[in-house]
Amino acid sequence: MSALTFTLKATLQQRVDLSPLTPDNLAGKSQADIAAIPLDSGREKLRVDSLFDIAGDDAADIVFNNANGKLDFIGNKLKTGRITVNGGAGSYLGLQMRGGHIVLNGNADAFVASGLAGGLIEVKGNVGDFLAAALPGDRKGMKGGIVLISGNAGERAGDQMRRGIILIEGNAGAYLASRMLAGTIGVLGSVGEYVGYGMRRGTLLLTQEPKLHATLQDCGTHTLPFLSLMFKSFRNLPSKFANINKNRVQRYSGDIANDGKGEILVFK
Amino acid sequence: MIINGVTIDDTFAEAFGMRGTRVIITAQNLRWAYNAARAMTGFATSVIACGVEAGIERELTPEETPDGRPGVSILMFAMSSAVLIKQLETRMGQCVLTCPTAAAFSGIDEGYPEITKINLGKNLRFFGDGFQTSKVFNGKRYWRVPVMDGEFLTEESTGMIRSVGGGNFLILAESQPQALAACEAAIDAMSKVPNVIMPFPGGVVRSGSKVGSKYKALIASTNDAFCPTLKGITKTELSPEIESVMEIVIDGLTDPDIRVAMRAGIAAACELGAKNGIKRISAGNYGGKLGPYHFKLREIMA
Repeated sequence: MSALTFTLKATLQQRVDLSPLTPDNLAGKSQADIAAIPLDSGREKLRVDSLFDIAGDDAADIVFNNANGKLDFIGNKLKTGRITVNGGAGSYLGLQMRGGHIVLNGNADAFVASGLAGGLIEVKGNVGDFLAAALPGDRKGMKGGIVLISGNAGERAGDQMRRGIILIEGNAGAYLASRMLAGTIGVLGSVGEYVGYGMRRGTLLLTQEPKLHATLQDCGTHTLPFLSLMFKSFRNLPSKFANINKNRVQRYSGDIANDGKGEILVFK
Repeated sequence: MIINGVTIDDTFAEAFGMRGTRVIITAQNLRWAYNAARAMTGFATSVIACGVEAGIERELTPEETPDGRPGVSILMFAMSSAVLIKQLETRMGQCVLTCPTAAAFSGIDEGYPEITKINLGKNLRFFGDGFQTSKVFNGKRYWRVPVMDGEFLTEESTGMIRSVGGGNFLILAESQPQALAACEAAIDAMSKVPNVIMPFPGGVVRSGSKVGSKYKALIASTNDAFCPTLKGITKTELSPEIESVMEIVIDGLTDPDIRVAMRAGIAAACELGAKNGIKRISAGNYGGKLGPYHFKLREIMA
């Protein structure tokens, strides 16, 4: 069995919804069946084989080659298996994913890991705005699982995030962890303005002192034993966070305009 | 059967089904891990009046503990899950929550056929009065409770399994110091065995009991058949040269764990041998009708 590989051959005029192409959906289907699956693209429905060259047969291990930013909803509601994307991805990568593993070798657009409830998403590149954020109308963003970003994240990362772990090796934009409900976000690079805006609970871990707005309050410098536990749990992750072992932090608490039980921990 | 001049009686230890759990306690250093662990396993020699039987299983290196600090693992056994759950909670609250820098983690997560999750810090979190926060790492939930020394960190639950309590053997010697020396040697050997504790003071009990009493209010009373000072006036089990008898009681997570510990302990006592006044090894039972586990001494030492 070799990985079920989709190589993009067409030049896309419109965005394409790839949500049917997940291991759960394709398990047991023949290549002919897969080729005939209709994909939404604007007002049109396009056959899979009109866009992709299909090779391989292991639906539990899907590879998209030559992918680009017009391919939305990759790994939608993924439960099991692995999806590797070489190139780039559009918006909604891993939307409402429940389990499994997505690796993106490239950049992604908005709403990566939105509604993620379990599993692992690795992005070897940058992601757009609203990483792990709630969709408009939803009250919760990411609800579990782990997201690793090796590059930068856009604005509003972790907006209304409820649970889970996001580790960003690069920088994060403005309103990081806005309205965050709980969970953990780590950023090795810089962060934009209004970090933790309306943050309710949860932990934000930073390496650089951020610019804080008035309703985030300094709680002093502390050695927190849970950080050792947390970094130990990161040991096997393919991320720079795997090598960190510090537990001395400056603790800011807030946003006291919104319950104020969140924390921003800055390494000392 | 005679080992190094010591007679191994053709008898068996009778043991009971218990519920057991393990908790890992860490702290800034071993001294404070022991302080918490000793408090938590204090007054826990016998279920008759203590509710649980508990003890320190072994020391853990920083590499072995969840949070990378030095620690110790403790085992706790009770006759029912309800008692174990209650005792674990009260002891956690009074002995670990209170102990500076101490943290508590689950000690049983896998490796047994039937593991029941029971509360470790789940309800202690309410001590945080709303300032407590939880974190989930690798599928396990931990609670951080703000306390005056910083933060009390505890895992939400630990595992409870069906285990075995009441494995035992008796050391019969020509004098009290010789019996005690043999017990010390046995305990030293047995404390290296994983998954078991010897809950009595220093691992040794001198007041072995029989079922019943001449006093109606008492369900158990002194085991006069093994009391050396009553040799002449009771239906004694002791030969004339025996002057002192001591017992080692073992609780273990599984039946084989107890067998390993009994073998190690009896072997260590026999090593001192007849020349050091150790004459016989026997065991306590109730005729085999009460407990489902029978540890036959000669089988174990074979």
